[in-house]
Amino acid sequence: MTSVAAARRRLALSRFWADFRTHRAGVIGMVVLLAAVVLALVAPVFIDESVTSVVKGTGERWAAPSLGEPFGTDESGRSILLMVWWGSRTSLFIGFLAALLSIVIGTVVGITAGHFRGWLSALLMRVTDWFLVLPSLVTALVLAAILGGTTFTIVMAIGVTTWPSTARLIRAQTLSVEARPYIERSKALGAGHWHITTRHVLPNVAPLLLASTTLEVASAIVAESTLAFLGASSNRTSWGSMLRGSYDWGAATQGAWWYILIPGLAILVVVMAFTLVGRALEAVLNPRLRRAA
Amino acid sequence: MTSQLEAAEPAAQAAGPGDERPTRRGTLQYALSKAGGALFSIAMVIVGTFFVFRLLPGDPVRNLAQGRNMTPEQLDLERHRLGLDKPLIDQFFQFVGDTLRLDLGTSYEYKRPVLDMIGERIGPTLLLAGTGLVIAVSLGIWQGTRAGWRHGSRFDRFSTGASLVLWSVPTFWLGLLLMMVFGVGIGPIPGVLPFRGIESVDAPDGFAYFIDVGSHMVLPCLTLVAVVYAQYLLVMRSSLLEEVSQDYVTVARAKGLRDDEVRRRHAVPNALLPTVTLVFMRIGFVVGGAVTVETIFTWPGLGQLFYEAISVPDFTLMQGTFMLITVAVIVMNTLADVVYRMLDPRVRSA
Repeated sequence: MTSVAAARRRLALSRFWADFRTHRAGVIGMVVLLAAVVLALVAPVFIDESVTSVVKGTGERWAAPSLGEPFGTDESGRSILLMVWWGSRTSLFIGFLAALLSIVIGTVVGITAGHFRGWLSALLMRVTDWFLVLPSLVTALVLAAILGGTTFTIVMAIGVTTWPSTARLIRAQTLSVEARPYIERSKALGAGHWHITTRHVLPNVAPLLLASTTLEVASAIVAESTLAFLGASSNRTSWGSMLRGSYDWGAATQGAWWYILIPGLAILVVVMAFTLVGRALEAVLNPRLRRAA
Repeated sequence: MTSQLEAAEPAAQAAGPGDERPTRRGTLQYALSKAGGALFSIAMVIVGTFFVFRLLPGDPVRNLAQGRNMTPEQLDLERHRLGLDKPLIDQFFQFVGDTLRLDLGTSYEYKRPVLDMIGERIGPTLLLAGTGLVIAVSLGIWQGTRAGWRHGSRFDRFSTGASLVLWSVPTFWLGLLLMMVFGVGIGPIPGVLPFRGIESVDAPDGFAYFIDVGSHMVLPCLTLVAVVYAQYLLVMRSSLLEEVSQDYVTVARAKGLRDDEVRRRHAVPNALLPTVTLVFMRIGFVVGGAVTVETIFTWPGLGQLFYEAISVPDFTLMQGTFMLITVAVIVMNTLADVVYRMLDPRVRSA
């Protein structure tokens, strides 16, 4: 039995990969994304926290890009290249964690609202709609300002303000999965709520979750950088806080274009990669979109 | 089991197309129920604000004092003045009552009523965000229509690609880049546009004043438009794509109408509806963009006031601006729901 299931899973996976490969932009995004994650993971082997220290800045202040410092230096002689590299750890870490939190809340609320009917579902959707209307950046700023700008609170602030769209998507999918006859068969065999939601609904919505998680990471990275830029984050080095530094130190009037351009490009490239992969995954996995194509 | 499922399906399917003729009373009823929902949401915002702002770690009075040296007696006095020595439930009713009377408290930092401070800042924000929104919507709809009508053309691929890039760009970074290129200037190219505030220090009178404010508005407005219009473009494009394959478009063509007549008179009006709704639905996104843009270009609007409140931090001011912004967004969303129903007869029976 298990070998049959395994073979079927392998087949599904290879079919998925064949579909995904036809989306060239998605493949490019995937390569960029993997490179960024690997670079962030291996960073501690080569450099450490000291690249962000203002007293250990090795270079000249406001040095333009050169062979020695390919991306120039900032107001205290720190290397922009090394800071962007080290900062990728914070940006990606917060991005992934916030997206995960948002997706987990969204999935639990969505499946619960789709599976249970009646007042619970109505209440959950009411709450979801309420959160959906709140301007997310403004709310996240308030939360971060009140709870203090630690990594944990930034993740909380982003996660708590971005889950409603996932909840709606998952609820709709749950409704359509539970309308299928095999759920009725499963109920007749005595399956409980837990069994149906975790063994039948969850595996069915999992592919969609993958796609929306990828897109969610992209927007979480932008959200983190915006919060950091607006000073709501504590001073850990991230791409957003580097840009904050460039603004505070007047990099634009100093003519230090590299200080503004490089961290922003890092954000743009990584966010684009996530968006491209997410859209390709969605096109492959979302049955509604596939039918339309 | 099956009947239970059908009952849970959206009412749209239950009410068939010819079930009941949409009446004016139906629309009124719908508007009233939406307004009720909005009032509930606003009440939730007020209650939520009260509790979130009392979640503050530590003593609120010390938080407000921002580490200034105060004796215990002074702290007690301050606590009494702010009513923080009363039970939580009394504080709650006091807060709700004050808020409903539009008494948003006094800013701790600036020693002025929050409502007055907000009043001064609304004008510039409406000017900036309003202008930006109008440009973004017209540009997005125009370009989305062109891209969707010539689906797969070079223009389409370029537009879609460009909007994906703009969608991924953080607002503040784009603002910084524009400020650097057009405000400060790079190398030999001098900056041509002002990038701080809403007017020059020696602002001229009369007509020249409008020119002055207008030139200050170019960069902030451009930034706001660039990040906001991409989503309008994408939605307009995809909803036009859905209309292109409809029967009525084929009929219009079969009647021998010219291509741009089919587009202008038949396809676009139908495709416009989802886009118009989106404009209102995503107003919160525009508000977020306005906060960032106003901060970068020191535009003296509501967003910058909110940013000042956060960076001090001045909790009374923060709480007041937060509630105002949120309530405005809720009202806009409700209006969108009602207007959409009035515009589109297809959803009226639902």
